[in-house]
Amino acid sequence: MSTVFGIPVPVILGQLTLGLVNGSFYALLSLGLAVIFGLMGVVNFAHGAFYTLGAFAALLGLQYLGINYWLALLLAPLAVGLLGVLVERLLLRHLYGLDALYGLLLTFGLALIVEGSLHQVFGASGQSYPVPDALAGALNLHFMFLPLYRAWVILASVLVCFGTWFVIERTRLGATLRAATENAPLLQAFGVNVPLLVAATYGGGVALAALAGVLASPVVLVNSHMGNELVIVVFAVVVIGGMGSILGSIVSGLVLGLIEGLTKVIYPEASNIVVFVIMALVLILRPAGLFGRE
Amino acid sequence: MRLFYVLMGLLALALPWIGLYPVFLMKLLCFAMFACAYNLLLGFGRMLSFGHAAFFGLAAYVASWLVTAHGAGPAGAVLSGMAVAAVLGTIFGGLAIRRHGIYFAMITLALGQLVYFVCLEAPFTGGENGLQGVSRGTLLGMVPLRSDRVMYYLVLAIFAAVFFFIRRVVHSPFGHVLRAIRENEARAISLGYDIDRYKLLAFVLSAALAGLAGSLNSLVLGFATLSDVQQSTSGEVILMTLLGGTGTFFGPVVGAAIVVTLQEYLSDVVGGWVTAIIGVIFVACVLSFRRGIVGEVVALRQRRSQPRAAGPAEPA
Repeated sequence: MSTVFGIPVPVILGQLTLGLVNGSFYALLSLGLAVIFGLMGVVNFAHGAFYTLGAFAALLGLQYLGINYWLALLLAPLAVGLLGVLVERLLLRHLYGLDALYGLLLTFGLALIVEGSLHQVFGASGQSYPVPDALAGALNLHFMFLPLYRAWVILASVLVCFGTWFVIERTRLGATLRAATENAPLLQAFGVNVPLLVAATYGGGVALAALAGVLASPVVLVNSHMGNELVIVVFAVVVIGGMGSILGSIVSGLVLGLIEGLTKVIYPEASNIVVFVIMALVLILRPAGLFGRE
Repeated sequence: MRLFYVLMGLLALALPWIGLYPVFLMKLLCFAMFACAYNLLLGFGRMLSFGHAAFFGLAAYVASWLVTAHGAGPAGAVLSGMAVAAVLGTIFGGLAIRRHGIYFAMITLALGQLVYFVCLEAPFTGGENGLQGVSRGTLLGMVPLRSDRVMYYLVLAIFAAVFFFIRRVVHSPFGHVLRAIRENEARAISLGYDIDRYKLLAFVLSAALAGLAGSLNSLVLGFATLSDVQQSTSGEVILMTLLGGTGTFFGPVVGAAIVVTLQEYLSDVVGGWVTAIIGVIFVACVLSFRRGIVGEVVALRQRRSQPRAAGPAEPA
């Protein structure tokens, strides 16, 4: 069997695909964060909580309502997105015009409510979501076995990310959205319903997080703190990439996932902290972030 | 105001004799100290750190490790914990002040998580179990601290020293520049202040005092665990400061008293719902009384005494 630095190549490739899977979740989450921040100036600390809610929605939907994976992929983000619209209308709306720190604190409180409640109702131990039949098994690529589900997660995330990029950068709706980011009062004067647009954006960003949650549910343990741990890494990814550019957040999410996977092979003890160390290095060398324009 | 402090001081001296459990009071004072240190950064420097548990928790580990593994005395252990927190604060502060506002918050959060993972895996922290059986020892070889009441008065004295030190810092020329930076950073720069130096010094002071609180807390309780260094602890200290009143001197003390009491007694009543309830308090605080309890009281009193002339609020 061929090896690199004494490590079998299939092991390296396996960790790299796992890294890409994680990177896909980083990309989906940081994309949602970037879109919400761009329009509303709110750093959504509850993003991880909405990711967790997506996974729970899929799991509970399967257990109690018999909703299958493919339907959950559609319904869970929809339900969580609607919840996000409610949150924006009832709570976040009152903070516009104040210091951005208050939005961060409010959504931090929301995350505690969601995580605390889920923990209390469903306990600390996790459950897993069964891999759908069509995606069970692995592809034999001759140099490695690629589990089909991992390939699907990577493919689906990349498609959704680029779809979002396309909508924002290349469509009329996206143009309106970008106009609202630049000058909301003027856009409103042109007759666009800006408050509706803002609520829909928050709902959309949160739905992306929930979609990531559904995609993740068969590969991770679904429990109350799955989102919290992830969102801290995603924040570091955002600091590294900068929230100014959508493509930037997608690329840095995927690349950091890969680096994390590689670290698991070379020096497993550091795999939890490698993203934070890279963040510190970036802050020293390029304080504004790789794609940032602070 | 002076009368108020005298009354509060007398009350604090009497508390362990009127049926309140000294260990609970000491824990409350340690967290009040932590919140006051945090307030120096958030209230007077307007820097929102989401990683302050790193200083509190790492100092607790260092102090406990020195006591359990090397038989250090309480003074040496606590001062070493504080020194390590100050060094860590210099590194974190140096990195975090390179960015502003929300980025500052995200950077401190990530660095705090880094320290959490290091504490989880480092050989000297005892992993999931933490360090246990930390004895309080004898202060400077003279005063044995085993008695809870003796320890209480030591903690109270240190708390009072920290409280008045922070007051002194805020009223010093340094504190005035710090508040000027908080109000208008661009103007402070144009006036010729090297604002990064001021921000860093505020960060290091806050980290060192948080470390003092953490190492003292571990001596009081006799253990240091992962929960000291966890992100939830950073969240709690933010809540204490926000609930009591950011930028007031007494607010963090009130906030710490409320949150620690809630955690101690509420968990018997509502069980595991404490986290969710803390979340609800957070949301309510941000939506309806951003000035915090003490801040609202001060604002109310000022409105009464000067019905029309709205002057700038003086910290209480």
